[in-house]
Amino acid sequence: MRWSSHRHSSAGVVLSACFAICSIVFVCIFIFASTPANEKKISIYSSSASYTLAVAERNGRDYVGLIEILEPLARIDLKSDGLHWKLRCKSVTAEFTAGETRARIERHEYDLASSFLVENGRGLVPIASLSILLPRLLDTPVTFHEASRRLFIGNVAVHFTAQIIRANLPTLTMNFSSPVNPMIATEPGKLRMVFTHEPLVGPGSQTLTFDSSAMPSANFNENNGAAEITVNGSAPLLASFSKDGRTITIAPAPVPTQAPPAAAPQVSNLPAAPAGSPPAAPAMTAPAQPAAQAVPYFVVVDASHGGEERGAALTDQLAEKDVTLAFARRLRQELDAHGLNTLVLRDGDATLSLDQRASLANVARPKIYICVHAASLGTGVRLYTAMLPQGGGDRGPFLDWDTAQAGFRFASQSAEASLSAEFGNRQVPVRTLIAPLRPLNNIAAAAIGIEIAPPASGISELNSTAYQQLVAEAVAAGVAAVRDKLGAAR
Amino acid sequence: MIPRHLLIAVAAMTVVVLAMSGYVWRMRRRVEQVEAPHVDTRPVAPPVSGPTEQVTLYVAHDELGVLRAEAAHIPLPTGRQERAQELLRALIGVYLDKSSSHPLGPGAEIRDVYLVDPGLAVIDANAAFANAHRSGVLDEELTVASLVETLSTNISGITRVKILVDGKQRDTLAGHADLTGFYDVAAVNELASQMR
Repeated sequence: MRWSSHRHSSAGVVLSACFAICSIVFVCIFIFASTPANEKKISIYSSSASYTLAVAERNGRDYVGLIEILEPLARIDLKSDGLHWKLRCKSVTAEFTAGETRARIERHEYDLASSFLVENGRGLVPIASLSILLPRLLDTPVTFHEASRRLFIGNVAVHFTAQIIRANLPTLTMNFSSPVNPMIATEPGKLRMVFTHEPLVGPGSQTLTFDSSAMPSANFNENNGAAEITVNGSAPLLASFSKDGRTITIAPAPVPTQAPPAAAPQVSNLPAAPAGSPPAAPAMTAPAQPAAQAVPYFVVVDASHGGEERGAALTDQLAEKDVTLAFARRLRQELDAHGLNTLVLRDGDATLSLDQRASLANVARPKIYICVHAASLGTGVRLYTAMLPQGGGDRGPFLDWDTAQAGFRFASQSAEASLSAEFGNRQVPVRTLIAPLRPLNNIAAAAIGIEIAPPASGISELNSTAYQQLVAEAVAAGVAAVRDKLGAAR
Repeated sequence: MIPRHLLIAVAAMTVVVLAMSGYVWRMRRRVEQVEAPHVDTRPVAPPVSGPTEQVTLYVAHDELGVLRAEAAHIPLPTGRQERAQELLRALIGVYLDKSSSHPLGPGAEIRDVYLVDPGLAVIDANAAFANAHRSGVLDEELTVASLVETLSTNISGITRVKILVDGKQRDTLAGHADLTGFYDVAAVNELASQMR
């Protein structure tokens, strides 16, 4: 009896284990099914449109929708009885049949890498056959980088050159043959630029080497419908745009000259970036090399919006992003004239996320951050400080990302009061408010937002030199007046 | 010997687990392949009728950039959540009026308000509310403050407010006012006092 019960319990354990394994398999399948896989993509670049499509995997082969790929490029007339597709693209007629590995274009037949598929009324062609099909359908030369799934239709490639310019602060200047707008992410010792919408092609060699200890090399690679340039550096790097996105200048982030020799504790001033956002490059990697000798930025001016994000449509022709950029450049001149070293975060028509702006500003370690907005509502200027949520969860030396501004609130209010007084002196109507305006709450320095509304004479004067100069002078004078207070803040 | 009932039970559970795995897998493939258009076919709730109550609406005035408390008489249901919805719908109604002091885009509406203890209210606006909203820091924060103040003043116990658009989180209302976080009623009270 004792033996029998022992056998029972052993068998029970084995069966329970089997069941547990099955359950784990189920959970794994469930988790795998519910989380989106690293989706395969193909990017198509042409003079009329550049776009990215999802790639479907069928029987171990990569497919893409035939109509989806052709529709942005040319007018398509399609006749289909379900399995047999006959389409007219420009003046070329093509026929495809579901399950067949041959396609007919005009009077010629072409072999496909695998059979044409029809799923839910959607025709799928193998990606490997695009370089055969598209030149004939579009009557245009096509270059296909199959391994990275990047398709260039016609002569659209964007080329670039890179060179180190030696000055007080060594900079890497990258010139592009057309405007570019990459996503930028920084990590210790690296700055990555991902080009999804631009038909960027690499130089002869995938690795570029420079005679600079601050930025010794850069790599170009292509993968999953995108091109990426990685600049390797021995210090945290900052990128800025100019010439309407044709030039990207990369430089080591300046380090405060009064920094203590052991740089690690400086991290305590940096908020921890949220998951999924480009992290701020930690200062602990900053060497005491060329960057350490650079003059630190006192002010970071952030021209809000830019690139694909136009901001408010102030008039039929005037977008907020253009007004903020023009004003930011003017403000930099005025601040420089007051001896305040200034960095303009967006010095071209580039798209920067709010997290990127906050990260770049925090890495530059300014004494004050000023973001510029423009509006058609009301008159004069409105000054904003951050509306902070309650609490905040600073952990040890790391500041909470959402409430990083909390410790600098008094410095921000002090700067706001100074600016407000200067506007008052110049008879510019001014109002001070708190606002739920990111990235003010993510900035680990004094931070204010300026919203420039039209003068009393009307919206047409909003972008005028005289009005912007008046506002810029007031801001610069206001910042200069609290220079000492800001220098000692926090 | 293993009892028969144990064998049967484990076998049955294993079959169920495997069948569910297959089903989940199949559903995932189907979702990938078919993207059915999302059509909201829910019936529209009839307007509330009955005796009216006096409430305080915080109404934005663009001309001066201020927020003013204004008394209104509207019919309110008894449920706390339903009252919150009707309050905000009445407020949106004011903004959709032709002579509105703070016009919203046509079709703007509050889909739902959820009251979640302790003290959290979730406002779910429709896409037209955000997509057609005028862009600007002051313009957008007037709207946010108006919604939060109206809700927290008339429904007791609300300390935080979250604003969704079409049931989803959105970065900003129209390019400026942050919608990714929760609004502390205390902070919005401070803003409202600056806007008076």
